[in-house]
This record gives sequence, structure tokens and C-alpha cells, in this order.
Amino acid sequence: MQSFQEIIFKLKQYWAQRGCIIQEPYDVEVGAGTMCPETFLRVLGPKPYRVAYVQPSRRPADGRYGDNPNRLFKHSQLQVILKPSPDDVIEQYLGSLEAIGIDLRKHDIKFEEDNWESPTLGAWGIGWQVMLDGLEVTQFTYFQQCGGIDLDLVPAELTYGLERLSAFLQLKDSVYDIEWNGAFSYGDVRYLDELQYSVYNFEMADIPTLWKLFDLHEGEAARLIAAYNPKAADKRRFPLLPAYDQVLKCSNLFNTLDARGAISVTERVGVIQRVRKLAVAVAHAWADQQKEPEPQLASTEVAQ
Amino acid sequence: MSLPLLFEIGTEEVPDWMIQSALASLRASFEKLAIPHDSIAMDATPRRLTLRAQGLPERQPDTEERILGPAKSAPPQAVAGFARKQGISPESLTVETTPKGEYYTLLKRVEGRRTIDILAESLPGIVLQIPFPKTMYWTGKGGARFIRPIRWIVALLGASVVPFELAGVRSGNVTAGHRRLGAREVVVTTADYESKLRENYVILSADERRAKISGEMAGMGAKPDAALLETLVYLTEYPTPITGSFDPQFLELPEEVLSTVMRHHQRYFSVAGDSGGLAPRFVAIMNIEADPEGFVRLGNERVLRARFNDGRFFWETDQKKKLADRVEDLAHVTFQAKLGSYLEKTKRVAALTGELGGDAQAVRAAELLKCDLTTELVKEFTELQGVVGGLYARAQGEPESVWKAIYDQYKPESMEDEIPRERCGQIVALADKLDTLRGCFSVGLIPTGSRDPFALRRAAQGIVRIVVEGGLDLDLEPWLDAGENRAALREFFQDRVRYYFKDIRGFKYDEVSAAMAAGWSNLADLETRLKRIRDLRASADFEPLAASFKRIKNILEQAQFRDAGAIEPQLLEPGPEKDLYDEYTRLKGRTIEEAIGALRPKVDLFFDKVLVNVADAGVRRNRLTLLSALLAPFSSIADFSEIVTNS
Repeated sequence: MQSFQEIIFKLKQYWAQRGCIIQEPYDVEVGAGTMCPETFLRVLGPKPYRVAYVQPSRRPADGRYGDNPNRLFKHSQLQVILKPSPDDVIEQYLGSLEAIGIDLRKHDIKFEEDNWESPTLGAWGIGWQVMLDGLEVTQFTYFQQCGGIDLDLVPAELTYGLERLSAFLQLKDSVYDIEWNGAFSYGDVRYLDELQYSVYNFEMADIPTLWKLFDLHEGEAARLIAAYNPKAADKRRFPLLPAYDQVLKCSNLFNTLDARGAISVTERVGVIQRVRKLAVAVAHAWADQQKEPEPQLASTEVAQ
Repeated sequence: MSLPLLFEIGTEEVPDWMIQSALASLRASFEKLAIPHDSIAMDATPRRLTLRAQGLPERQPDTEERILGPAKSAPPQAVAGFARKQGISPESLTVETTPKGEYYTLLKRVEGRRTIDILAESLPGIVLQIPFPKTMYWTGKGGARFIRPIRWIVALLGASVVPFELAGVRSGNVTAGHRRLGAREVVVTTADYESKLRENYVILSADERRAKISGEMAGMGAKPDAALLETLVYLTEYPTPITGSFDPQFLELPEEVLSTVMRHHQRYFSVAGDSGGLAPRFVAIMNIEADPEGFVRLGNERVLRARFNDGRFFWETDQKKKLADRVEDLAHVTFQAKLGSYLEKTKRVAALTGELGGDAQAVRAAELLKCDLTTELVKEFTELQGVVGGLYARAQGEPESVWKAIYDQYKPESMEDEIPRERCGQIVALADKLDTLRGCFSVGLIPTGSRDPFALRRAAQGIVRIVVEGGLDLDLEPWLDAGENRAALREFFQDRVRYYFKDIRGFKYDEVSAAMAAGWSNLADLETRLKRIRDLRASADFEPLAASFKRIKNILEQAQFRDAGAIEPQLLEPGPEKDLYDEYTRLKGRTIEEAIGALRPKVDLFFDKVLVNVADAGVRRNRLTLLSALLAPFSSIADFSEIVTNS
């Protein structure tokens, strides 16, 4: 039986052979692999890019104290970005399932319409949920817009639900029974994460503190964004990546406050707008920062 | 020579529900090219939209063009030059007499354009014109837009490829088989296209896929579900049904929850049990040929088990807090930003239910109506809102009419759907929909064209059906309160009423107009009058009389006649006018049905023999008064001048 980690190794290997940079998880808490700069910022602009990484994704509201066999506060996504998407992208994707031992002549695979949209990121795309014997194993999206910007090259984003896929392959009814490796189960490794974060997110997170943190991170992001000068000669050294981290902090705090029941319905839209405004501003600044500098007078040639 | 055309757009998986309208559009655009053909066949799978036509000409018919050369009087060099330019000898030119004089002319044969050229030029545009609800680009910003990426194109006219390029794809003669059971590249001809696809596990015809599913499913006990069947027909290229089972313990959950999970989330058919209810089995449709090792069955059973476990978990968790204890929680659920929370809506609907004559149970149902919006089960299965509330109310011991009213609150959800089954539920559903309409209209959320985000048309249509089909004696008019948009709401309702009686109930449009002109807001009364008009119409006297009424109305309008006053019998002329008056006096106490037979000849004779517009003002006014009086007894039924007549 393939262990959880072997499945991950094989998928990473598969995508590495197809030109992907293999990244490690981003070190700021996120709700989905899409939010990592490796996706959110890299899909902007005209430069091709291919990357794959496993991203632990935090959804405070989905926590179930480790009691529910299929729902997790923190699940693992394998995020693959192919920019631009190759013509045979679906074939490549199906090949990745075969690489982890799924014989697709003997399994039922269907692509069901599912368009993805993230209001907080000003991002959306067209795609499918990929159903394997009735189980949604992957979200497949052709990005169209990110940070409110129409993308120059259309990337394909493949997001694999690794726990689901592993439970499927290992024939387990509970994610906690998945074999992480030969000696440890998923429950051994992650049960306490689920229990303790559920307790924190639902019961103990201090609402005024979280709001204060939200305001602080928002303020820091806004301060940096306001200071970005697109005409500055040394604009490439301007810290947009750290500014984006502040946006991610806000997003996670919003999710935690939401799970804690601290955001009323009327406030909700407004808070999403606050995060979106920052994300969109960073995206625009980033797109500008990535542009090739205007050709300067050829002083180097003169020097020769 | 006549040629077959094969045109296949090969795509990544197109959403099932968009496929048929895309085919219709493709066909219409092709027909607009006006290339003669004997027949067209349209087919599709999730990965291909195909048009096949038979009997196309190789080229358009040739035409003749008359080219005017130099005048006959022109110098020979000019004539020779003209001939040379046209590629013929000067001797072949003919001289023709035109209004301007004699000229050398040439009759030139212009070859008809080749069909293949016309197609190569127009097919790319036709593809990109297919309207889809939401399109994407994939070749880069500014690139072609379609519903999903186009990956191959087959375009064959007879044996030749119709050459063009679209979104970076060159047309050719190579299609693709089933993603895993077939070959990735399959060379086809117009003759072997369908059979080559079949060899590669693609059943091109939707009818055939439907028949395969239905046929193989016949012995499996699946409950019929036409909409689900259509979805699966267009989600598969090679459909094969299999059965799976689940733990009978799950049958303790309400059937509604089980079948929603199976149908909406997993696209399975439910299986009927022997003694009503469900059997612990399902039918899934695979997109492969067989499941000899049972992998697909096992996988689907696992998924369903997890889903049912979730459902059971939510069902049990939700029961810990009764609906009645959830009312205050509705303060945190927004109904609409400008209209406040569901708690506020609940209060309004409960009050309105009472005002509309609902009893204590109806008011109770109204108070609990929206509480299921706070349950986990509804958050997970939003399509079950209402139904879940009803089920919880039943489990929590609410009276039958209360839980049924909650259960049925969103009915009727479509024209085919039924209205709430009991009077209590009808009044509550009416109050809920009426509140939504009044609220939305009063804050300016008025549907325009195709934009109707709050489904207000459906709500208003639901009200019309509940009142009519539930036989409620209710005049809508006083309830249509929407502040400054009251007139708009009235008009909106009138449209729904007109639509209902005309398009759903099949009354003729002029009958509906005539009846509504005499009052439209008491729907039971309107329905009775409409039926009478329909019956009256069968009588030979009706339409001529209606035509006369129109004439009377025109005369009265032209005369700007206002004051009816009393008829002065001494001014009546003996003969047709007096006869008409006598008939008029006999109208009292008789129904229209009884009266029109005798009335009609008198009216006809009056118009035949009597001039209304006479010089004597007194006589004229008296005649106008008679005519006006004649209309009155009929006007409470309908405005008969709205009836369209042949005479």
C-alpha cells in the first residue's frame, strides 16, 4: 500500500519531470494553496512559470475537533501551476493519477463544471471538479483573473485534495486511519492539530485581540502599499512580498473570527472588501514591479 | 456532384446543461450560410459538438456577367486592348445596342464559389458566435473565447479537409476517442466517423447513450428521473450503469435527505423499496464500459457512506436545538441588505399570515418558517431548505398542518410543481412570497429583462397559482403595497396574471384582456368570468355582438360622451331604435348567456337603420345614452370591445 507520503513523493516527482519547480509549503498561514505568492503573484504578468507544492490549508470553520472522519481544519493541498497551460494539460493531469497507481480504464472519471471564485483575492477561473468514482479529488481551474487583473497567460491550476486521494487509494473510511508512513497514521500526526485548533477557533480565540491584530496587519499592509512608487528607479527592492504576507495574515484572522462567530452577516461583506482591497492593490503593484524596466540610454555600449 | 460535410469541434469537457443550446446555435448559423443541403444531423458528447450535413454542392452555380467594352466607334486599338485584357480575340466580341448607343460587349461566365472556400471562410466565425453563459480564454489575453478550450477540429467536405485555423488549432481529419478507452488520435472520413468513434468507446448519439442507460438500468429498480438522465447523457461518452448498496441503517434518515445526497451531490438514481420508501441501493452511471473488479462500485459506496454519515451527524446535531429556539438566531441571517434579517422577515410574514386570515397554526408555521436556515443540514444541503424545517417540525411534535406548511413553503417552485397541499400552507406560502415581493419592490429591487436575482417572477407566479388553484377568495389589490413602487408592483402582477391565464391555462389573449379590463385582482372571480367568456364565444351571436360593442365604444369616444343620465323614451323613434330599447329593458335579471341571442339582431338592425349622429342634439344624446346603457350590464364581466373579431 502506498503511504500518504509516498503518494506525495510520486506526485511531486511526476510534476518535477514536467518542468515544475518543487516548492515547500509557504510559511504563512493560508486558507488555500492559491493564496500563496507562488500562485497569487506568479500567475500575474507575461512570464511562464511552473511550480508544484504541498500547502497545508487552514479553514477554521471546517474544524470538527477531530471527530468527523472527513472534515478537517487543516488539510493538505497539492497545488500545481502550469503557466501557460499546455494543450495536453488534461492528459498530463490524468497521467499524474496513473502515476500513483490509478488505472483509469477501470475507474470512472468525470469532469463536472465548477467555476472557482475567490472574492477576497479578486480572482476567478473556469473549470471543473474532477470526480473519481464519485469522489471529488481535484479542482481544475483555468485562471482568468487574479487581483482583479486579466491574466496575460492563462495558467492551469490543479489542486489535489491529498487526504481524500490517499483515503481513496488506501480504502480508508476515515482520514485519521490513513497511513502517513509504515509506522504512523494520519491521526497520530494530526489529531491534536484538529482538536486544539477547533477548541481555539470555536471557543477560546479572544475576539478583541483578533480584531486588534487584524487592524494592525491591515494597517501595515496599507502603509506599505501606499509607499510603493511605480516610478522609482529602484522599485524592485520595494517590499511587496512582505506587504502581501500582511494581507494573508488578515485573511486568516478573518477566517478565524468568522469561525468564532464574531462577524455578523452585515459586517461580513465589508471585511471581505477590506481584505480584497489590499490583495488587489498588492497584485497591481506587483504586476507593475515585474515589468521590464524601460530601456535606458545605452551607457554600457558607450563605455565599451 | 453532392458532398457530405462533417464538422466536429473537439473541446475539453463542456458543461452538460449548455450542450443542447450550443448545438441549436451551431445549426442555425450553418443554415444561415444558405449552402444548399439535403439534411443536417447534430450530435454532441461532453468533448465534441458535431454537425453533419448531406448533399452539399461542390460549388455555387455559375453566373453570367455582362461586361461593357468600348463604344463601337472607338479606335481599333482600344477594342483590341479591351479584348486582350479579357483574354479573348477581338472577333469574339459582340456589339450590342444599349440606351447609350452601340457598344462592344462580352458575356463572361463567372464560376460559382467553391463550397469548401465558403466553409473555410465562415466556419471559424460560426464557432466563435455560439453563445454560452460564461466563456473563457486560454491562448492568452485577447485570444479566442469559448466555453472550454478547443483542442481539435475535424472539418471534411467529401474527402477534402476544409482548411482553416481557429484558436491555434488547424482543422483536419483527426478526432479523439474516449479519454482512456479509446485512441487519442483517430483518423476519420465522413463515412466512417460515427463507427470509428464507436470503436474508440465514444457513442456519438445522445439518443443512443440515453437508450443504453435506460436499457441497462431497466432491471435495477431505479426511480425514473428524466432531468438526471439528461445530465448523465451529456456527462458521458460511454455510459454504463452499475448498482451499489448502502447500510440499511441509513434508511432511518428522511428519504428527502437520502435522495438529495444521491441525486444532487452524487448524481445517482435512487432505488424504490418494496413497501414504498427507498431500498438501500443506488444506481450510478460510469463513463467506462464495465467494472469487473468492482472498483467503481466500492469507491462510490465509500463516498456515499461518508456523505450519509455527514447527513446523519447534521441531523442529530440539529435536533439538539429545537426550531422554536432558533427564532432569535435569525437576527444573524440576512434576508436582504436593505430589508434586514430573517428575524424581521419572520415577524412581517407572521403578521401578514394573520391579516390574510391564517389561523393560529398558520401563524405558528410562519414563526418557525425560516428557522431551518440556521441548521447544519440546510447549510450543507441548501436545496433542502423548507423541507428540512418541515421534517424537524414534524420530529419535534408540531401539528401536522404546521410542519406541512413549513415543508411546502417554497412551493410551487416551477410551473410543473404543485402548490402547498393544505390551506394552512397555502396562506403561509402566500404571505412569505407577498412579503418578499412587497419588500423588494419597495426598495427598488424590481426585475428588469432577464435580471431577476430574487426570483420575483417565480414568487408572483406562485401567488397567482396558489390563489387560483387553491381556490382562495382573495382580492390581491389591497395587499400590493410597495410604497412609491406600488404601481410597478401592480403592473408586475398583472403581467403574471395575464401570463398564467393565457400561456398556462390556454385562454385566448383577447379573452384575457377583455376579462382583465373589468377587474383582474380577484383571481377567482376573474377565472369564473374567463370561463364564461370562453363558453359565450362558442355562440354564433357573440363575436358579432362584440364587434358591435367595439363600434359603440368608438362612437361614444368620438362623441366624447360622458353623462349617461336617463333615457327619455318619448324621444325614441319607433322601429329598430324602440325595439332595441325594449330589448334593453328586458336585460335586467337575465344573464348575458340568456340575453345575447335576442339582443344581437336588435343591435344589428339598429346600426343598419338608425343614424346616431343626427342633427337634433336631444335625439342624438338620447341615442348615445341608450348605447352607453347597453354596455353597462356587460362591463362587470369584461370589456367586450377587446375581443378580436373577424367582422
